[in-house]
Amino acid sequence: MTLRAAILLLLVLAGLFAASLLLPFAPLRALFEQDAGVAGLVLTELRLPRALLALVYGATLGASGAAIQALFANPLASPDLTGTTSGAALGAVVIAYLFGFAAPIALSIGSVAGALLALGLLLALAGPRAETATLLLAGLAISALAGALTTLALALAPSPFAFYEAYDWLMGSLVDRSLDQAAFAALPSLLVIVLLLRLGPALDRLALGEEVAQSLGHDVARLRLQIVCLTALGVGACVAICGAIGFIGLIAPIFARRLSRGHPGRAILPAAMIGALLLLAADLVVRLAPLGRTLPIGVLTALIGAPFFLWLVAHMRWRLRP
Amino acid sequence: MILQASNLSLPGRLFGVSIEIAEGELVCLVGPNGSGKTSLLHALAGIGRPAGQVAVAGVDPRGLGPALRPQALTYLPAARDLPWPLLARDLIALGGGGADLAALALGPLLDRRVDTLSTGERSRVLIARALAPRPRLLLLDEPTANLDPLWQIRLMELVRDELRGASRAALVAIHDLDAAARYADRILVMDQGRIAAEGLDGPHVAEIFGIERGESGWRQVSRPADPGSSR
Repeated sequence: MTLRAAILLLLVLAGLFAASLLLPFAPLRALFEQDAGVAGLVLTELRLPRALLALVYGATLGASGAAIQALFANPLASPDLTGTTSGAALGAVVIAYLFGFAAPIALSIGSVAGALLALGLLLALAGPRAETATLLLAGLAISALAGALTTLALALAPSPFAFYEAYDWLMGSLVDRSLDQAAFAALPSLLVIVLLLRLGPALDRLALGEEVAQSLGHDVARLRLQIVCLTALGVGACVAICGAIGFIGLIAPIFARRLSRGHPGRAILPAAMIGALLLLAADLVVRLAPLGRTLPIGVLTALIGAPFFLWLVAHMRWRLRP
Repeated sequence: MILQASNLSLPGRLFGVSIEIAEGELVCLVGPNGSGKTSLLHALAGIGRPAGQVAVAGVDPRGLGPALRPQALTYLPAARDLPWPLLARDLIALGGGGADLAALALGPLLDRRVDTLSTGERSRVLIARALAPRPRLLLLDEPTANLDPLWQIRLMELVRDELRGASRAALVAIHDLDAAARYADRILVMDQGRIAAEGLDGPHVAEIFGIERGESGWRQVSRPADPGSSR
């Protein structure tokens, strides 16, 4: 990524972050004229955690997607398509079923465990260098299984209220999270992004082929384990707080690699920035759309991401294997 | 000695192989399919956790990190496919970069993506990746595969030139026995995961490969020797 591209991305990110604090502006101004204290509370207690979560969750999805794509040597891999996100959601729903949604630590552990299980299962089923079709089919099977089990957990919900709460969370939402909750997602996620960045050079050399990477002194088995654990931790921590949000982890790395001249490892940083940018933008759209009520953000990313994915399957497959 | 390795083993594939290569030597490794040529190169390159001792210019390369390893040894795998469509220039740089190999005539290929190259062109780029760091020990698996006849000759002569007068050596696995005989200082014959013999003169060639020299080159041994059954 060139310095100019980095600065441009940072400026857009800062702009979007400021916009998500200030927009919609009219109610905030009205509130400010009545009672500056309450307006301040709206900013720090409602809008700040929401903007922070969009930033962190988007960056985590982007960085994790880039790392997973580099690991599987496949631009169609991503946390949602490999079942990581739905595994995390299942883990969290099972924990919520047992302990309720008010136990963020248990929720996080549950969703990280679910994500780990899903990625581990995928590696076992499809292998580390799976063909696109095998990877997508295995990911689909794992997602379907996790989805079915999640639905089962919902169907067995003890009360309609518990059902609605879990359902609402599953749709993926950044609304009404506290600063504490935002920090709960942000701390592990930032750690994960930093550690993934450190693995970038090794992931770049993996682009020379697994054997060559090993002959250059990289422990590929350990690298694989590190990527699986780190992405599960990052995605799991975010899913536990905000529910499942799809397709950001697929799209961001694809744009990011245009900035890293195709290097899969060097794409992690731009992918994190683009992921944050996409989720902040999506949240602004959700917030400002004149629909009367707030759309779940996961629905919006899926509505835009799924057609993009279809286009990708049709146009990008041929470029994968020389 | 550039390479001193002893008792190299990979479970089920390589059984206690010892090998020494001196400065400037080009050693060719021949043997039937599945005789362990690639496994020996893997063991020397530190792929797949081999047992045994390896020293390249006196240092165990397995103790060297990614920054120093390409100066000790580089490895060219027989497979010419690549998981990501990088630019040829970037691919060579990722391998440790270094020398500009004019002899490989890569100029117009450098700014192309490797997936748009022909198999032979891609082979040359991958060979450049292995040669560019100017390692002490070159480990090349079938370097002439996919190359046209002219490039096969150019490549083997390039490897020769690279070693001449330098404190470097090469171990080249190759199926073409005539090329091995023409370019190698020594030829090691592998069979069943061991180094079975040296050179191409003697009854071992017929025993191991099931071929013998005739008037017009190599031909099948007339008696019923099936090298496949020895696996």
